[in-house]
Amino acid sequence: MNTDATDVQDDKMESTAPRTHAINIGNLGRDNTVAEQGETEIALKVNDLDLYYGEKQALKKIRLDIPRNRVTAFIGPSGCGKSTLLRCFNRMNDLVDNVRIDGQITLDDENIYSKHLNVAELRRRVGMVFQKPNPFPKSIYENVAYGLRILGIKDKRRLDETVEKALRGAALWDEVKDRLQDNALGLSGGQQQRLVIARAIAVEPEVLLLDEPASALDPISTLKIEELIYELKDKYTIVIVTHNMQQAARVSDYTAFMYMGELVEHADTNTLFTNPSQKQTEDYITGRYG
Amino acid sequence: MRERTAKWFKSGTPWIWLNAGAVSVSLLMVLGLLALITVRGMSFFWPSDVLDAQYKQSNGTEIRLIGAIDRTETVSVARVRDSGYTLEGEEPVDRHLIKVGNRDVYGADFRLVLQPFLTDIKYPEDILVAERREWGNFYGFLLSISEGGKVIAEGDAAKQLLPERLEHALDLFDEIRSIQQREIGSINYQLERLRLKQRSLELKGVDDSNAYAAIDKETESLQKEYDIQREKMTTLFEQIRRDSIRVETMDGRKIDIPLEKVVRVYYPNAMGMFAKLGFYFAKVWEFVSAEPREANTEGGIFPAIFGTVMMVLIMSVLVTPFGVIAAVYLREYAKQGLIIRIIRIAVNNLAGVPSIVYGVFGLGFFVYFLGGNIDALFFPEAQPAPTFGTPGIIWSSLTLALLTLPVVIVATEEGLARIPRAIREGSLALGATKAETLWRIVIPMASPAMMTGLILAVARAAGEVAPLMLVGVVKLAPSLPLDGNFPFLHLERKFMHLGFHIYDVGFQSPNVEAARPLVYATSLLLIIVIVLLNLAAIYIRNHLREKYRSLEN
Repeated sequence: MNTDATDVQDDKMESTAPRTHAINIGNLGRDNTVAEQGETEIALKVNDLDLYYGEKQALKKIRLDIPRNRVTAFIGPSGCGKSTLLRCFNRMNDLVDNVRIDGQITLDDENIYSKHLNVAELRRRVGMVFQKPNPFPKSIYENVAYGLRILGIKDKRRLDETVEKALRGAALWDEVKDRLQDNALGLSGGQQQRLVIARAIAVEPEVLLLDEPASALDPISTLKIEELIYELKDKYTIVIVTHNMQQAARVSDYTAFMYMGELVEHADTNTLFTNPSQKQTEDYITGRYG
Repeated sequence: MRERTAKWFKSGTPWIWLNAGAVSVSLLMVLGLLALITVRGMSFFWPSDVLDAQYKQSNGTEIRLIGAIDRTETVSVARVRDSGYTLEGEEPVDRHLIKVGNRDVYGADFRLVLQPFLTDIKYPEDILVAERREWGNFYGFLLSISEGGKVIAEGDAAKQLLPERLEHALDLFDEIRSIQQREIGSINYQLERLRLKQRSLELKGVDDSNAYAAIDKETESLQKEYDIQREKMTTLFEQIRRDSIRVETMDGRKIDIPLEKVVRVYYPNAMGMFAKLGFYFAKVWEFVSAEPREANTEGGIFPAIFGTVMMVLIMSVLVTPFGVIAAVYLREYAKQGLIIRIIRIAVNNLAGVPSIVYGVFGLGFFVYFLGGNIDALFFPEAQPAPTFGTPGIIWSSLTLALLTLPVVIVATEEGLARIPRAIREGSLALGATKAETLWRIVIPMASPAMMTGLILAVARAAGEVAPLMLVGVVKLAPSLPLDGNFPFLHLERKFMHLGFHIYDVGFQSPNVEAARPLVYATSLLLIIVIVLLNLAAIYIRNHLREKYRSLEN
């Protein structure tokens, strides 16, 4: 834990500043194990979130806290709304026609659905990696530099440094350092996905959303991505959607189980998999449905 | 048997044959078309042998005939008898169209002759063909060369001296032309500008005598320069008129041809294969690089090629941004609803409007309304002579841009629709706005589709003639729309166009027989120009495709 977080913890002891919700309140309150890990700052807070696609309600009264610098996994059967929820964090659902959202999501106590919020700025702070690798048809270098160029950075040295740092951060640097000007589409699927992660972390987001990042990849690439997630959690708050329960168990600190648009259970990963408090969760993780 | 037929039908083989057959027929038609215009067009430049023969006319008199066989056809005996000839037998006979040239002497370039009445056919090596700047070709014999009215060489000596003298005359001619076009053209252009400047000062009511004095001074110096150039021209004219040749026609008449009127002379019957080939390519080069002579039936068609290419390029520059912006709005920003559907239908129907209607619209809106208003606002000093309020290359390009706009819009829209959603989301998720995503990712990726639209647009625009006749094309443009006088690109000028050239030469020419091969040659060139323009666009598109190879899976 870095010093900033410690300071915040100290703050918490002295005052109840709104920034410092501890993880052991809210949904996780009933769970003892979370408290054992120490009090963790909340990065994203979801408050009574309802989402409708036209008439159909896709998310129902979601209440959830996402702790900072931890990996939170969303699991659940197909169509349960986990990707939809994930896409609420960077307002990707805005692009869908006929979508209506009630409730609140706060990032550092700022409502991201506020009218005054700059969506582009939010998306820079909340990076996202998609299910299928989606590099731009540009060079490897330009892919990573894209977000920086959007920010208006033109200084060549700064771009070079950031690109290298991001590629190293995504564990791709050694594989591509000699061919940065090659087209990114020439990379393998796993490399492309790490490139996309590098692209996302190049703009130094606070939160990284991963939407089934390994589902289109082979087992070795999947392993690499999982290792990467493990390394990245020091710096970023990570939210990952996955179909694969073993993966959720391997990479995440907290797991949320969703079913039919509702958040059924949200707890420490260990607890959720070994001792779920809800019957539905138990049925799902033991493979009785889903 | 029936079972086998049924089985054969079921196997799908007949469909394969049908499709292959259809493709072959289409291919054959295209190749046939190309072959026809290539053969007809390109054979025009070949120096065919010139015959010298006796011919018995229908009234029984015999004449001497010198000329080149242009075309031969077979006619029935009955038709021959109807035209007054007496002929034995029932076998159809050959009828030749012979180019006898010397229009100034005989009145017509061509004569129809019947093969059975041609006797004593020879191909003498000393028959001379002279291409002239007026009256078409001359066919006959060289007698002598005169300098300032005095004979300086006769017979073989004249034949040897001729190339040298002709070279001299041609050099002088080029010099005169160059002075006329460059120096005097430029002086005239500047004088006109000064006149307009003065008129504009008058219109503004400026009464600062210094301003007028400055203009007068400049005018005076230009006038002086003009006098100098004129002086130079006069001397050159005297020099070029010095030499002339005396030639004899087939009926023994002797005429003088000043060398200033001669473009080239040759002795086709004395030429070997290689000489003919060299001559052929020189003629082809002249055709594509020189300016037309004699009501467009002789010389080259360079201004038409230049005008066509330039008009198409200006059109491309105009139509691409318009079409792309419209398509981006329709596809990316507009709320998809009834109004957008109606607009789409309207755009698609625009492609079906007959092109002449665009011409009428261009004339009414662009030329008279837009051009007229531009003149009134910016060029009051030139009034009542119109500057932009008259057909010109810019209006032609605009009219054709309008004509081809639907193609570009539709192609671009399809290209935009094909960009994977994941790529757009990837860009948006990095904090790019919609506009940034469009500009940096979507439009570059859709650029091959835009180029496809542009290729179709160019193919259509380069071949369009009807609307152009209303908005800017002329039979003979005095100057190219691009020249050395500031501002170099003269968008208001009229221009020549290959398509219109074909129409003009083919239908409006006083000398139909002479013009016919030119129609084929010009058609061939038009096709070549369109193919080259398209190849250039396809090359760019393939390059872009390779660059923005999108995720196909």
